[in-house]
Amino acid sequence: MGKRSSWALPYAIFLVLFVAVPLLLIVLYSFQDASGHFTFANMAKFFTDRDALSTFALSIEVAIENTALCILIGYPVAYILADKSLNRSAVTVVLFILPMWVNALMRTLATAELFTMAGIPLGKGTLLFGMCYDYLPFMIYPIYTTLAKMDRSYADAAADLGASPFTVFRKVTLPLSMPGIASGVLMVFMPTVSTFAISEFLTNNKIKLFGTIIQENINNSMWNYGAALSLIMLIIIGLTSFLGKKEDVEAAGGAV
Amino acid sequence: MTEHIIDIKHLSKSFSGKKVLEDINLYVRRGEFVTLLGPSGCGKTTMLRMIAGFLDPDEGEITLEGAPLVGVPPHKRPLNTVFQRYALFPHLDVYDNIAFGLKLAKVPSEEIDKRVRKVLKLVSMSDYEDRDVDTLSGGQQQRIAIARAIVNRPKVLLLDEPLAALDLKMRKDMQIELKEMHRKLGITFIYVTHDQEEALTLSDTVVVMNEGRIQQIGTPMDIYNEPVNAFVADFIGESNILKGRMMRDRRVAFIKHEFDCVDEGFGEDVPVDVVVRPEDIYFTTDPAKCQFKAKVNSCTFKGVHYEMFVDTDTGYELMIQDYDPYPVGSEVMLYIDPDDIQVMKKERRANVYEGEVTGDGKVEFLGAEFECNTEGFASGDKVRVTIRFEKVDLLDHEDEAVTTGHVEFILYMGNHYHLTIRTKSGEKIWVDTNDIWDKNDFVGINILPEDIRLEKLEEDGQKV
Repeated sequence: MGKRSSWALPYAIFLVLFVAVPLLLIVLYSFQDASGHFTFANMAKFFTDRDALSTFALSIEVAIENTALCILIGYPVAYILADKSLNRSAVTVVLFILPMWVNALMRTLATAELFTMAGIPLGKGTLLFGMCYDYLPFMIYPIYTTLAKMDRSYADAAADLGASPFTVFRKVTLPLSMPGIASGVLMVFMPTVSTFAISEFLTNNKIKLFGTIIQENINNSMWNYGAALSLIMLIIIGLTSFLGKKEDVEAAGGAV
Repeated sequence: MTEHIIDIKHLSKSFSGKKVLEDINLYVRRGEFVTLLGPSGCGKTTMLRMIAGFLDPDEGEITLEGAPLVGVPPHKRPLNTVFQRYALFPHLDVYDNIAFGLKLAKVPSEEIDKRVRKVLKLVSMSDYEDRDVDTLSGGQQQRIAIARAIVNRPKVLLLDEPLAALDLKMRKDMQIELKEMHRKLGITFIYVTHDQEEALTLSDTVVVMNEGRIQQIGTPMDIYNEPVNAFVADFIGESNILKGRMMRDRRVAFIKHEFDCVDEGFGEDVPVDVVVRPEDIYFTTDPAKCQFKAKVNSCTFKGVHYEMFVDTDTGYELMIQDYDPYPVGSEVMLYIDPDDIQVMKKERRANVYEGEVTGDGKVEFLGAEFECNTEGFASGDKVRVTIRFEKVDLLDHEDEAVTTGHVEFILYMGNHYHLTIRTKSGEKIWVDTNDIWDKNDFVGINILPEDIRLEKLEEDGQKV
């Protein structure tokens, strides 16, 4: 037994070096000033800094808008892909997932170029477009999987009991696909909160998101404040994933 | 005569070119318990789904109380279905599952409450209303699925193999309960199953189906005692199916003996199939009663009766069921009552195909080119090809075989097997053989040139 557990050692070392230590450093830096003394000043600075707070609010707003947009576009796409009478080929599914294989940064740069070429001014619209384009596959795929796995007889049973096609969707298909939506939301919302590259390229830095501020602080060697902001973001993400998990359980458990 | 609630006329359906239902005609009387019985793939579930509205027929009509159903979407049909795997909504509890249909129908909530409780009592599931459906056992889920359907008071209840997922003991109990429920509710039941015993136990009328066609419609007694063809005889219960010859009215020969029977109207000296149920062959010690002798080959205790295989003095093997065992190796005297001999018209006497002479000594049919004697025929001639069942050679490999196929159906005929082979071209060829094959076995098919008989056909397909 002792021998076998030693196989995990490289992984444990990796985990400590690249996950635990950096996390601890972030926490440590957040509560230190530039000379290394313990302080709450970084935290206090964020909560009194109007600019930082409004950027934070904007980031959350953009993330919510993007997530909503992804659900609105992604759900129907996933629904069509999962419906065997509309889509018989697995290739179509791959086509929708394909963009995920290309680096997000490259796709964003290319999108920015396209907008410039077409003479469309960069701003919030282009930002949302880019985000939606980048994250849509992450919404489509989990919803598609849930729908494709769903037993067709649930919908048949609902129709049999007198539900019109729309009611079947509202009362059976949608509630049963909640786990897919929940994991889609997690996979879209969390990274959008922390993104900075997309806003940088697609708005020419006109719109700053939370990720952008962190990046700027760290680039300007303001490690401690940057670390504090990162910590706040981590907590937000942690909270959403916690809420998301709970929703997941509820949807799957059937108490909705 | 009671009024028809459902009428089905000339119903046909194909899936990607393959016919799954062909010209189905059937009526169901109000309050009747009708079972669609057949092996998997016979089209029984397709038919049920068409009545429920999940599938549209290619041709034909279905009417409910005289009003056409085809084209009416499932949610507007006053029918309810109990699904094979129950399909209870996992996100709703027992109460909400059962109330689903009533809520959609905008029934007042006090009445919903009353009806849900009443139906839960009917299926002996009171006190379960707040339970999540996935905490219930298979049998309990089955009861809830039935409750969810009958609470809407459908005109017809459709049941798609509802007991298939339950274990034997539970299935027996549920059979009795279903029968009881049918009696109490007075709703018409259309029940789909592949279990012949279930069908015989439950139904007023059994519809035996095979390969998309109705084989026989009748009461359980009719179906068991008077099967119309070898398929029905073989599918329902145990039986000895044998080749016979109708000598004249009320006189039939099989296993190389002649017997009195009660059938008439077949003509004289006509080949027929004969079915004798294993419980209808009797032992006797009285030489005057004895019709033929046999030697007991094996004897197995089956609980209520003994199942014995005997070899007749003429070389046929018969299955006999009797309450008393006879020792293996003993010589016994046997007789069969005229009443218990079921004579059936032969469905076919030989394999017949339409083919074309493709060259000197070559004819094409079954999607392959066979060698045969084409003397007197020219290349391009349309011909009728006849091959006797026993002249088809089956090989267990593809080498040297002209075409291939797989075994679709096996019938033991006392001293040989009668196989139905589905060829590569999708056609059927029937084979009499002494070799033992299994269902779905892959076979190579060969026919000797001298065993292929040709007759010339005119261009329009008529025999000259």
